[in-house]
Formats: sequence, structure tokens, C-alpha cells
Amino acid sequence: MQFLVYFLAGLAGGFLGGMGMGGGTVLIPILTVFCGVSQHLAQSVNLLTFLPMAVISLRVHVKNGLLDTKGVIWMAVPATVLSVVGGIFVQQLTGGMLRVGFGVFLCLLSIYQFYTGIHGLIAGKGKKESSAQEADW
Amino acid sequence: MADIKSKMEMLGAGCAAGAVNGVFGGGGGMIVVPLLTAVGKKPPLVAHATAILVILPVSLASAIVYLINGWFDTELFIAVCLGVIAGGFGGAKMLGMISPSAATIAFAAVMFAAGIRMII
Repeated sequence: MQFLVYFLAGLAGGFLGGMGMGGGTVLIPILTVFCGVSQHLAQSVNLLTFLPMAVISLRVHVKNGLLDTKGVIWMAVPATVLSVVGGIFVQQLTGGMLRVGFGVFLCLLSIYQFYTGIHGLIAGKGKKESSAQEADW
Repeated sequence: MADIKSKMEMLGAGCAAGAVNGVFGGGGGMIVVPLLTAVGKKPPLVAHATAILVILPVSLASAIVYLINGWFDTELFIAVCLGVIAGGFGGAKMLGMISPSAATIAFAAVMFAAGIRMII
């Protein structure tokens, strides 16, 4: 039963992620708010489940010639280092504190999403929404 | 000169995205995409695809930190993983069928509500 609930949570998170709207940012609140998973564990699961999904979608993107690696090493290396620092830092926080922090992060992201969504609607009025992917994943 | 400036911007952007991804266990991609278009001058579709490549090593590295600290549950991982993969395919197929801007706004509303729920 528990397995099914977790599966459905993953299904919902993956579905929105596949449509290009924040995979993990959806999955984490679903797991903590509806399934009672602790904040740290939910974040860990999100990081882990992202890996196979990323490999699968990268293969498709490579085939479609959508990958442009020029200069990204300058972003990827510091990002990887800082993510380890962030990951170590967060172990000192209690689940409650991290949850509140995550809530604030979600609110900020959603305001940004509102902005891009409305911007896209206005831009889409004249022409077809060919810039579909401008919305975030 | 301009080249060094853009590299520095990429470096700063990487630091921000990495810190967010490590602390919140996700969401780094949502920062990388607009930065790749703005700083890296990449078209939106390419930015989306490339962001996954940037976040892959980042997520792997922070996942290891979480694992070392004992945050793992086999049943949870298997169930969610299967769900995410199945849902991901479904979502990708649906992508062309709905207005992305309208979906983004609807999604933002849900996300805002979830955020408030987590704060209080």
C-alpha cells in the first residue's frame, strides 16, 4: 500500500517534470506534505531519482542535437563543488527548519514562474507559442 | 575581455545553482535554464537540454552526501523511481498538447500553495 502511494507521488512528480515544469520542486512537497516523508529523505530521493531520468532524457537530447556543451564546464564544476558544501551544511539543520526554508524557496520560484507564464501568454498572443519551452522544467 | 566576463558570470551562476541544489535537493535546474539563456546565450530548447547535463554531476555529488548521512529508504526509492520514469514519459508526450504558458501559471499557483503550506 505504502509502495503504491510512493509510486503515485513519483508518477505525479515525473509527469509535471516531463512537461517541463520543475520535477523535483514538485516531487519533494508531494512526498513531505501528502506522504509524510521527512524533508531530508524526500530531498535525497529526489536527487537519486533524477539520475536515471536525466540519463534517459540526455540520450534523447543528444540524438536531437539539442546539447550545447560550450562553456558549461565553467558552470558545472563550481556547481558540483557548492552542491557538496550545501549538502553537508544542510545535515546540520533540523527537518522542520529545512522544510520552512524549502517552502520559502518554492514561493520565490512560483513568483518567477508566474512572471514567465504571463510573459509567455502575452508573447504568445501575436504568434504561436513556438517558444513553448521557455517555461521552466 | 568579454570572454573572461562571461566565464566569471557562468562561474557565479554555477555556484548559486549548486548551492541551491545541494541545500534543497533539487531546483538547481530551474536556476540553470534562465542563466544558460541569459549568460550563455543559448536558445531556450538547448538551454533546457543542457541544464540537465549541468545538473547531472551536481545531483550525483550531493546525493552521495545525503547517502553518507543515511538518508535512504529502499522501498521509497524504488517506488518513486518507477513512478517518476513512467510519469516523465507521459508528461513529455503531453508537452505539445497544452498551452505551456497556461500550464506554467497553473503550476505556479499549486507550487505557491505548497510553499505556504510548508512554511506554516
